[in-house]
Amino acid sequence: MTFSPDLEARFEKLVASYPEGRTRSAVIPMLMYAQDELGAVTPELVAEVAKRCKVPPIQVEEVIGYYSMLHRKPQGKYHVQVCTNISCLLVGGEELYHHASKKLGIGHKQTTADGIFSLEEVECMGACSWAPAVEINYDFHHHVTAEKLDVLLDSLKKPQ
Amino acid sequence: MLFNEPHPLETRVLTKRMHEPGYNGTVEAYERYGGYKQFLKAVEMTPDDIIGEVKTSNLRGRGGAGFPTGMKWGFVPRQSPKPKYIVVNGDESEPGTCKDRVLIENDPHLLIEGCLIAARVVGAERGYVYIRGEYRYLIDIMERAIDEAYRAGWLGKNIKGTGINFDLRAHSGAGAYECGEESALLESLEGKRGNPRIRPPFPAVAGLYASPTVLNNVETFAAVPSILEMGGKAWADLGIEKAGGTKLTCLTGHFNKPGVYELTLGFPVEKMINEVGGGVRGGRKMKAFIPGGSSCPVLTGDEAWPLNMDYDSMAKAGSMLGSGGVILMDETTDMVKAALRIMHFYAHESCGWCIPCREGTAWLKKLLTRLDAGSGSARDIDLVGDLAKNMLGRTFCPLGDAAALPTMSIVKKFRHEFEAKLSRPVSVPVTSPDQLVSLG
Repeated sequence: MTFSPDLEARFEKLVASYPEGRTRSAVIPMLMYAQDELGAVTPELVAEVAKRCKVPPIQVEEVIGYYSMLHRKPQGKYHVQVCTNISCLLVGGEELYHHASKKLGIGHKQTTADGIFSLEEVECMGACSWAPAVEINYDFHHHVTAEKLDVLLDSLKKPQ
Repeated sequence: MLFNEPHPLETRVLTKRMHEPGYNGTVEAYERYGGYKQFLKAVEMTPDDIIGEVKTSNLRGRGGAGFPTGMKWGFVPRQSPKPKYIVVNGDESEPGTCKDRVLIENDPHLLIEGCLIAARVVGAERGYVYIRGEYRYLIDIMERAIDEAYRAGWLGKNIKGTGINFDLRAHSGAGAYECGEESALLESLEGKRGNPRIRPPFPAVAGLYASPTVLNNVETFAAVPSILEMGGKAWADLGIEKAGGTKLTCLTGHFNKPGVYELTLGFPVEKMINEVGGGVRGGRKMKAFIPGGSSCPVLTGDEAWPLNMDYDSMAKAGSMLGSGGVILMDETTDMVKAALRIMHFYAHESCGWCIPCREGTAWLKKLLTRLDAGSGSARDIDLVGDLAKNMLGRTFCPLGDAAALPTMSIVKKFRHEFEAKLSRPVSVPVTSPDQLVSLG
């Protein structure tokens, strides 16, 4: 498989980051970064990561099912993650999730027909003092209200 | 970037630089404010002297368990022929906790210097900063800081002519609360599923790649440079007996002014809520209080008001200081729903490795769902308490306890709220177990 020069450089650095004979350590970060470029963990990627980390493919497969951020199907261009865990729940996280669900017309782990948005009700993401919080792809948004979320989602939907 | 206004009652030790005007966390800025000098001091000290200072400081692990750091470092067999490793736990995912974010985002070199000092103590030449996958922007910040440190000669071979070699890397997790548990984190760092290991052996003896490993929370490592700077005694004196220094405390939930604040150990709860946190939202009454993340036993408002924020006070009151993630619930809070949401989390995050936790959290979630929906029976309330109690101490790692403790305390202290939601009078039993399954 060929990747972008940036990702190739990252892969090289990753493999060199661990002691000799310990390249299995690079499996999870490699999947994370490659997934960002490819949109999902594909069977070809599993084979490729196994080859580069010098591990049997089963050792790559077994982590995919375990870690919640690794996924085999593509998500929307913007993956909207709304936290409803306790600190967010207390200040309206659940209402915010329902608002997002209604506005986007999709539920938990679903993607809009145009592929632009996907939605996930997530567990604590470490923004508890600035709740309720939403993470879109890797960008944090704090003290989110329904109005703020509308503006945010509308701005993302516009062709750029 | 700081996300909330600072407060005058804070004692800034770990966060002192980030509050300086124009401070941007680069290596130049860090050096300008005295950064990396404590590492050079550590090079002049013997490992035992450094451990001695850390012991004197009464620094206890800031990730939640509160184990004395100096003692933990002392367990590492320095004479072992195996390589030694430094591992930073930046998996911050205990609900209510968002303090390590503040440290890594605003002062990453402080963490690097803490790692260097630990490396000096045990003779480690490699270290990893394990950061949860959701914190990608922090991994980027950490990587930039590490690159700067290499360029400035604070990482790599023969650092500043001291003869010390140390390589540090940031490592991305991929979404798993369980990986905040130290042995599961090591499994994850080795590229495996984050299942916990049986201990002993502890990571100090057989940690990363079965080698001696110093594994601490971000805040713990970040505290070490200031301990050498001030001296262990002066650092200890910031706090109270048996709990030295300061703690980054996350005020979350129904505060008027939630935020992350650096407070001395032993800070009074009443002052923390009413002054630092601006009081309970809307002037309401405090119904419940969780001192340090959702895995701590829940205290009632009345229990919490007279306490102090330190390990022993909280233990005496039947809870824990934990990670410093304070969760305040005012009188409008539905405690059944809170218990359910907390259990929903633990059921989702149970790694499935051992049965009491895997099955226990799933069943508790079912029972609490039914009670919250108003179709539970009185027996369900007792069953929740019994199930939780039977998970305690019966799992490989503390996740089982983390799920059981808040649940048991909520059922015990807020039983009337569960009873108020029952569909039938308290005297009428019984729901067959078969029915439970169909409701799952």
